[in-house]
Amino acid sequence: MKRIFINKQWCLGCHLCEFNCAFANSGKTSMVTALKDKQVRPRVRVEEHGKDTFAFSCRHCKDPICIKSCISGALHKDNGIVRIDYDKCVGCCTCITVCPYGAIARGDDGVMRKCELCVDNMDGTPYCVSNCPNGAIVFEERD
Amino acid sequence: MKYVIIGNGAAAVGTVEGIRSIDTNKENTITIISSEKHHTYARPLISYYLQGKTDPERMKYRPDDFYEKNGCTLVAGRTVNKIYASSKTVLLDDGTEIGYDRLCYCTGSRPFVPPFAGLDTVDKKFPFMTLDDAEALAGSVTKDSDVFIMGAGLIGLKCAEGLYGRAKSITVADLSPLILSSILEENTSRMVRAHLENKGIRFLLGDTVEAFNGNTAKMKSGIEVKYDILVLAVGVRPNTAVIAECGAKVNRGVQTDNKMFTGVDGIYAAGDCTETFDISCGQSRILALMPNAYMQGECAGVNMAGGSKDFENAVPMNAIGLIGLEISTAGSYCGTVCEKKDDDCYRRFYCENGLLKGYIILGDPCRTGIYTFLIRNRIPLDSVDFESLMADPCLSALGDDNCKCLESVV
Repeated sequence: MKRIFINKQWCLGCHLCEFNCAFANSGKTSMVTALKDKQVRPRVRVEEHGKDTFAFSCRHCKDPICIKSCISGALHKDNGIVRIDYDKCVGCCTCITVCPYGAIARGDDGVMRKCELCVDNMDGTPYCVSNCPNGAIVFEERD
Repeated sequence: MKYVIIGNGAAAVGTVEGIRSIDTNKENTITIISSEKHHTYARPLISYYLQGKTDPERMKYRPDDFYEKNGCTLVAGRTVNKIYASSKTVLLDDGTEIGYDRLCYCTGSRPFVPPFAGLDTVDKKFPFMTLDDAEALAGSVTKDSDVFIMGAGLIGLKCAEGLYGRAKSITVADLSPLILSSILEENTSRMVRAHLENKGIRFLLGDTVEAFNGNTAKMKSGIEVKYDILVLAVGVRPNTAVIAECGAKVNRGVQTDNKMFTGVDGIYAAGDCTETFDISCGQSRILALMPNAYMQGECAGVNMAGGSKDFENAVPMNAIGLIGLEISTAGSYCGTVCEKKDDDCYRRFYCENGLLKGYIILGDPCRTGIYTFLIRNRIPLDSVDFESLMADPCLSALGDDNCKCLESVV
């Protein structure tokens, strides 16, 4: 299965992926109406530590501890993608407590959000990947 | 091969999924025996149900076709009275006998009610463990109700949150001088208590009921509490009677090895009825937590089906919201304390022998899983930038080597 990876040496830490992610998941057609004066809650985040910067999102683990730990049964796998049933999620944050990557966060409505590889968005391919100005974020099959 | 699972909660579902990850032949049937009549549901969500944040349909822990897809037969509304280990059969309360080759005992726990004087004179009293309890409570409480909750642990306080705004008043009593004493230490317990008092919850701590009389409770301290509705959330006890009778070792909970095997031929156990080795404190204890129950069940299921899996990195962890305050905890509270405070978050860490042993976070639970990873995988703190992590959990502060290790742990 294709997953998102970061080529660290090319990441400039520009944070554009965060804005693109929030836009892609907003359901809006204009980035301005989607993001202007709103709290931006991206599902990808750029980490900065010393000189190091890299964008990071859900790994869609083979054996995901978030799904095993979800107390509501909202987290599940769908064609290899770790997804959240927003109707079932009550926002208890147990998944946040167990995800070793810190890849899950709360959305505006109180229930959890995470990278779902843009499967329901736009053209169905990850928007952070197609809009990374430096080609640092890639969507590919790796072992 | 015939599999039987006693119980229908998270441990049972984990067992089913563990079995089917190895044994996909549905002719090898799985029979699930459940005393409750419902489709498997998310038990901790009963407080969210009281709040109106979910409903029985959405509380289903797995989709409607779960049993069918996994070749399971659900025998609902029946309890197991006996396990005959020599003939490998279980006897149900209606006299039916069901044979097994592999059995998983996932019976969970039940409310423990001390013998309070006069309890039988109380008209509206409820435990708070099951969906039926929550539905009965929801049907009884009104805007005019004064609610009295016995027990300031996780169950009592989640019930208080569920009833918040639905009742006129909520009073919570506990024999312990501290609330949430199973997951908080003194300082954080006081902070959470102050938050809840600020929201209008009244506490009577270090105190218990001497006698009930109808709608009044006389406390040991002499205080009288008037109420319309009584919730009994004093504690729980693991359901171990049936398995103890068939020869399994039971201490406080059922004893198993790392494969969740009880030592009795063909019999495994998982979930709140068992004890787990907590690696953060190096002791065997009951970790009555849903993620733990699922993972134990999954491990049992894999081994029952002939695979090999060990469950050996259990740590306690809790994420709980109480009327607007988020609480995240994990591990054990031993060793040196480090605190980090800012406007909307308090973080308390426990370190010992160069390892993170536990944490308590009040406020934003942002990326707390990174701390849990440090505890669960016993990552030496001198290999990470812990000072930076305490303020802001991020992967880059873990260092390259630990990030590599991450790929392999999940």
